[in-house]
Amino acid sequence: MAEAAHHYDETMPLEYRTEESRLNILGFWIFLGAEVALFATLFATYLVLFQRTGHGPTTADLFEIKDVMIETLLLLTSSFTCGLAVFEMRRRRLTGLLVWLLVTLLLGAGFITFEVREFIHYVHEGATMQTSAFLSSFFVLVGTHGAHVSLGIGWMTLIIIQLLQRGFTPRTARKVFIVSLYWHFLDVVWIFIFTLVYLTGMVM
Amino acid sequence: MGTNYHHETFPWKHIVGFILSLVLTFAALWIAFSSGLATKAILTGIVVLAVLQAVLQLFMFMHVTESDSGKIQTINMAYSFFIAIVVVAGSIWTMAFVL
Amino acid sequence: MKWSEFFVTGEPLIYAADVSIVLTVIGIVFILTYFKKWKWLWDEWLTTVDHKKIGVMYIISAVLMLFRGGVDALLMRAQLTAPNMKFLDSQHYNEIFTTHGTIMILFMAMPFIIGLMNIVVPLQIGARDVAYPYLNALSFWLFFVGAMLFNIAFVIGGSPDAGWTAYFPLAGNEFSPGVGNNYYAVALQISGIGTLMTGINFLVTILKMRALGMTLMRMPMFTWTILITCVLIIFAFPVLTVALALMTFDRLFDTQFFTMANGGMSMLWANLFWIWGHPEVYIVILPSFGIFSEVVSTFARKRLFGYKAMVGSIVGIAFLSFIVWVHHFFTMGAGAAVNSFFSITTMAIAIPTGVKIFNWLFTLRKGRIRFTTAMLWSLAFIPNFVIGGVTGVMLAMAAADYQYHNSYFLIAHFHYVLIAGTVFACFAGLHYWYPKMFGHMLNERLGKWTFWLFMIGFNVCFFPMYFLGLMGMTRRMYTYSAGLGWTPLNVVATIGAALMGIGFLVLCYNIYYSARYGERDMTGDPWDGRTLEWATSSPVAHYNFAVIPEVKDLDAYWEMKKSGKGFEMDEEKLKPIHMPSNSGRPFLISIAFFFAGFGLVFKWFTLAIIAAVFIILGLILRSFDDDDGYYISVDEIKRTERLTRKEA
Repeated sequence: MAEAAHHYDETMPLEYRTEESRLNILGFWIFLGAEVALFATLFATYLVLFQRTGHGPTTADLFEIKDVMIETLLLLTSSFTCGLAVFEMRRRRLTGLLVWLLVTLLLGAGFITFEVREFIHYVHEGATMQTSAFLSSFFVLVGTHGAHVSLGIGWMTLIIIQLLQRGFTPRTARKVFIVSLYWHFLDVVWIFIFTLVYLTGMVM
Repeated sequence: MGTNYHHETFPWKHIVGFILSLVLTFAALWIAFSSGLATKAILTGIVVLAVLQAVLQLFMFMHVTESDSGKIQTINMAYSFFIAIVVVAGSIWTMAFVL
Repeated sequence: MKWSEFFVTGEPLIYAADVSIVLTVIGIVFILTYFKKWKWLWDEWLTTVDHKKIGVMYIISAVLMLFRGGVDALLMRAQLTAPNMKFLDSQHYNEIFTTHGTIMILFMAMPFIIGLMNIVVPLQIGARDVAYPYLNALSFWLFFVGAMLFNIAFVIGGSPDAGWTAYFPLAGNEFSPGVGNNYYAVALQISGIGTLMTGINFLVTILKMRALGMTLMRMPMFTWTILITCVLIIFAFPVLTVALALMTFDRLFDTQFFTMANGGMSMLWANLFWIWGHPEVYIVILPSFGIFSEVVSTFARKRLFGYKAMVGSIVGIAFLSFIVWVHHFFTMGAGAAVNSFFSITTMAIAIPTGVKIFNWLFTLRKGRIRFTTAMLWSLAFIPNFVIGGVTGVMLAMAAADYQYHNSYFLIAHFHYVLIAGTVFACFAGLHYWYPKMFGHMLNERLGKWTFWLFMIGFNVCFFPMYFLGLMGMTRRMYTYSAGLGWTPLNVVATIGAALMGIGFLVLCYNIYYSARYGERDMTGDPWDGRTLEWATSSPVAHYNFAVIPEVKDLDAYWEMKKSGKGFEMDEEKLKPIHMPSNSGRPFLISIAFFFAGFGLVFKWFTLAIIAAVFIILGLILRSFDDDDGYYISVDEIKRTERLTRKEA
């Protein structure tokens, strides 16, 4: 550990003030690089398999644009509100930060609700993970993203609790910033799911 | 190294980013369903829009160039983009022979 | 599930293994209890976050796994010595070549390399620890429980038996109905997560924690190779994570990714496996290049020739190694365009490696060479590796590959690159850095015995395999008939394998002998080294550097010595040193991972879910953990430093 672990530099935002925080933020960026590789592999699998539907339904049979647009708008907006939360944090307004984080959480929960409903709907139509290679890869790709969002909701909840307990510290600020990176990243992944899974599936 | 943390009083950057992301999303929707283009052109178009939107999130919301590690973060993201292309395009191309 | 299915039964070899496992466990428990070492084990090892101790644990695990994988290899060679042998049946042979390959790559080569990088990299860059010490401990324990999970398969439930590449459809439920391949999928997943975190950890460590003045172009070559290795780990291991997850889904939840019906595509597995698999090869070979660079430069007493070209060729690998993977399955049937493209990229990747070979040769030129054990391994590496490399270029030509594919020619090729590259490097690195780990040297005389036995044995074992391959002997066949004329070369190969085994035993004896009678390293710089790790005492104080050195040139410590000053410590400049606290949580979380994995292997989902709850609990506790570490006082540093410096 560097000697400068508790060295303060007043010109920096709170989340960057300790050496430890700077290392953690950079490490998380690198981790997101690994996540890109992870999702790229899932996309590759999906794109190789999505026309291999066996006896099961095809993309055109299943997808409905309305549900997808609701999910997309919920997540896009949550990415925006998450950005606002960090904006408020940099202006040192704890209430603003908490409010926007909470809004982000609720939008995320709304997204998950719609996604679960969508999945249940498919299963009721007989389109399960076991039906065909297309559906296996669909559920695993979109499900992995959904699992990430769910994890993000749990994570953000922990951070909100810590903010309520401890207020602004270099540590809590760094945690808020890192979870915000995670959240924006999940939005980016969703954009590609929206494009390469849903739109492509409905066009082809 | 640039340490361009942004200090504003009103979240202009975020609002512009949000509006742009909505515009890009609906543009993709329009291309897919109402543009009447050939399938290949549609796919190219919406993928380009998705990449644009990803870049937008990276710069407008995630501040990828920020902090004294901004350079590393940017190279990291660029390299991961390279990997994503290799994995996705490479797999599709390599597996295309399978009927 | 019946107990008779739970435990593997029916083979005398397995019963012998059962007995020896039970006896070893009883022995360890007895020794720890008798000598009252439990607390010591917990305080000093299980909870440590010190990169040097973690590195030592990695290397101990790797040597154990080398033993296990080596026994597998000897069993295979015994079975193949003569035609129509009945030593192993086909099923047992399948299991053994599967575990041999998997263990040697993932649980021997990887941890050996990661162990060395744990010990050396922070020292080489003048850092006091890695960027995330807690995560480092978690990485190790995840690797360790993954390895243990994989290793119990052969006595509990049954070994995986579909080859280390676990190709579908063979590895699917239809053709491998037992739990063996579940072990493969789950154990590799757990240790893979650990490896990924190591990659992130060391990348950030190298990028952000270098001593003042150590620019990227003043980094020691080993550190450079680790930097790029980390990049490869970070971007290749997620691909394995996904591939293994899909395999797990197929095997546990009957999904259709790699199946033969409902649209499944078994060849996609091969594609994903090798997208990870080829960078993986470079993950184990690049650090080896780094080790040889350090050793060659130290014992030729010259600065590494063509440092910049070397760096350039290593960085080039970060791109090239990701675009060659199809050469592992040229014969699968992709068209001429695909095969040609990957043929060309594969031949292109030989160029940066060729550049490095010349770098080492020119470093040796006109050097005042000292033939230490570490240097012998490095010198032997060059010609042996070139043989492996040149045959690799032969395999790279897609059209010709149809002849060589999956024959013993291939087996010989990749053993020539992996053993002459990685294993030689691990042994060289072990001898070279041993005093940094334990404070004493490995015996040189015994070391040279190991070298000659192992190196000659290696060539006797694997060189004939090139010819066996050309004569038509294919990989993974468990027996052959006498009329094929393969017997003489197979006998020779088995003799070579036995020599390698003896070499390994001498190495183990050397570790024991040196611990008792080995020469203590009082100077901290026994080889007249060039890089910063030699500026520390042996063994290294747990804070590494009392004062962080300032770097003015490549080969920083060499320059310090040349300017006549050495690395002087000014006691006035000492400040309290901040260190991270030990934690038992990484160990406990990893235990939970073990049970979660075990539950998945046997589809005992209740156990898996309970263990997962414990994992999540561990993560939550970590999130609320406010431990900021502690400070070592200046007085304590002075005491430690005076003690080591007086001895010197």
